[in-house]
Amino acid sequence: MVNRVVTGAHYGLRDWLAQRVTAAIMAVYTVIALVVLLSGVPITYSVWHDLFSQGWMRVATLLFAASLAWHAWVGVRDILMDYVKPDGLRLALQVAVLLVIAAYFGWAIEILWG
Amino acid sequence: MSQAAVKKTRPKYLSLQALLFEIRLPVPGWVSILHRVSGALLFLAMVWLLWMLDRSLSSEEGFERVRHYAGLWPVKLSLLVLLWAYAHHFCAGIRYLFLDLDKGIDKATARLTSWIVLATSLALTAVLGWKLW
Repeated sequence: MVNRVVTGAHYGLRDWLAQRVTAAIMAVYTVIALVVLLSGVPITYSVWHDLFSQGWMRVATLLFAASLAWHAWVGVRDILMDYVKPDGLRLALQVAVLLVIAAYFGWAIEILWG
Repeated sequence: MSQAAVKKTRPKYLSLQALLFEIRLPVPGWVSILHRVSGALLFLAMVWLLWMLDRSLSSEEGFERVRHYAGLWPVKLSLLVLLWAYAHHFCAGIRYLFLDLDKGIDKATARLTSWIVLATSLALTAVLGWKLW
C-alpha cells in the first residue's frame, strides 16, 4: 500500500502517461516549427506575424502550450517532491507553480488571439 | 548496543558530500540530471521567452526591438543556453521513451545512447544557433 501524501503524486498511471503523451505532442510541434523557421525565408515582422495569424499555427501553438503546461507541472512537481521535504513548504511551492503555469497559459492565449 | 552504533554499520546514504565528491556518475546519470536541470531551467525561463514572443508579435517596432535585444551578447548567450536545454531535454526525452519500451536498457547500449544524446544536443545547439542568427 502506497503511503499517500497530500503533496504527492496521483499514485497511478495518469501523470506518467500524460508526461509522455504531451512530450510527443511537443516534439511534433518542434519539428514542424523548425521546418517552417529554417525553410529559407528570412524572418521579417510580416512573415512572423502572418505565421501566427494563421488558424492552424494558432491552434498548434495552443496545443503546444497546453501540453507544456501539463508536462511542466508533472516535472516541476517531481522535482519538488524529491528536494522539498516539509509538507507546508512543498504545498505552498506546488500551489505557486500551479498559479504560475495557469498565468503563463493565459498569457499564451492572449499573445495568440490578443 | 546503542542506536548510534547500530546506525554506523548501515550503508552510506546519499549525502550532499557523497554526491559531490565521492560518487562518480556514469554517463546515463549525467544525462538524467541534465534532463532535470534543463527542464527546470526552461520552466524558469518561460516568463522571459513569453515576453519576447509577446513583444515580437505586438508590432513591427516591437519585433525589431526584440531582434536587436536578441543580438546583444549576454542575451544571445542566455538564449544559446536555453537552446541547449531544449535540445538536451528533447534528445534525452526521446531516449527515455525508448527506455520505457524496454529498448536499449542493457548497460553498454544505455551508455552508448547517453553519449549520443549528449553529443547530438550539443551539435543541434551549434547548428541551430548558427542557422537562427
